[in-house]
Amino acid sequence: MDAEAAKLIGAGLAAIGAGMAALGVGNVFGSFLESALRNPGAADGQQGRLFIGFAAAELLGLLAFVVSMILIFVA
Amino acid sequence: MHQFTIEPMFGTDHWAIGGYNIAFTNSAMWMVLAAVVIWAFVALGMKRQLVPGRWQMAVETMTGFIDNLLSANVGPEGKKFVPYVFSLFMFILCANLLGLLPLGVIGSHAFTFTSHFTATGVLAILSFSIVLIVGFARHGFHFFSLFVPHGTPGWLLWLIPVIELVSFLVRPFSLGLRLFVAMMAGHILLEVLSSFVINSANAGPGWGLMIGVPSFLLMIGISALELLVAVIQAYVFALLTSLYINDAVNLH
Repeated sequence: MDAEAAKLIGAGLAAIGAGMAALGVGNVFGSFLESALRNPGAADGQQGRLFIGFAAAELLGLLAFVVSMILIFVA
Repeated sequence: MHQFTIEPMFGTDHWAIGGYNIAFTNSAMWMVLAAVVIWAFVALGMKRQLVPGRWQMAVETMTGFIDNLLSANVGPEGKKFVPYVFSLFMFILCANLLGLLPLGVIGSHAFTFTSHFTATGVLAILSFSIVLIVGFARHGFHFFSLFVPHGTPGWLLWLIPVIELVSFLVRPFSLGLRLFVAMMAGHILLEVLSSFVINSANAGPGWGLMIGVPSFLLMIGISALELLVAVIQAYVFALLTSLYINDAVNLH
């Protein structure tokens, strides 16, 4: 296989990581909403933790994006 | 892509100090603009009336928001860091929002300097060095106990500090990388969708209706999402900075 083609295929495969991060972010907000509806009084106090979880899950998807950008433009 | 190119402005491209080019770029201009917007926003709310007007209320809401963030995450010691975290939050927020301004309709174009790792990396290094300076100034070499959490079993002492050290050293990179990639990805997405609109409209009315119009509707939705992302990323940057400051001040 041509090296250029392999780079593009690798960049496409890295997009799977973005989809996986979507699962993670959805899971964070979904679980938060589920438990917030059970106990709305405790929900406001946990918003900081919600965004920490969101940031951690999102970072991995963004890293997948960085990998694909490196494969396309740098490598 | 043109919206990410940094170019010297006002004919300053030959300015140099000691061989290093210090041209006043469009990136620098938007940084100055963001700083001016923050200054104007805060200055107009500094009348200190007993019954606050609308503008003073807005400023007090923002400072109160950061004040709450720090007192919730750092405790009473966090009061000292409110000016830094407030400036950081407002600077990133203004940068992200100014970069989304639809200046294309009047022929100019906005530049988001937070979509460059050079800018966000410096902000992240600033936060990280504040953590290091505060940590070593307050605790001296006891600061290294950060790498051994409470309740670490003795037989894991060879492993846990290594993991903690790596996760500590990765922080500035993840902090800067998150903001930079989130902003750049959003702008690239909008650019790709707008190229769909333009190319399909050029290909004929049928293609324009089938692909161009849905892409344009999607662009409107994504733009709204980008406004949300701009606020969330500024908040996440301030939140993580306050968490790291908490580590430095209270050592776990």
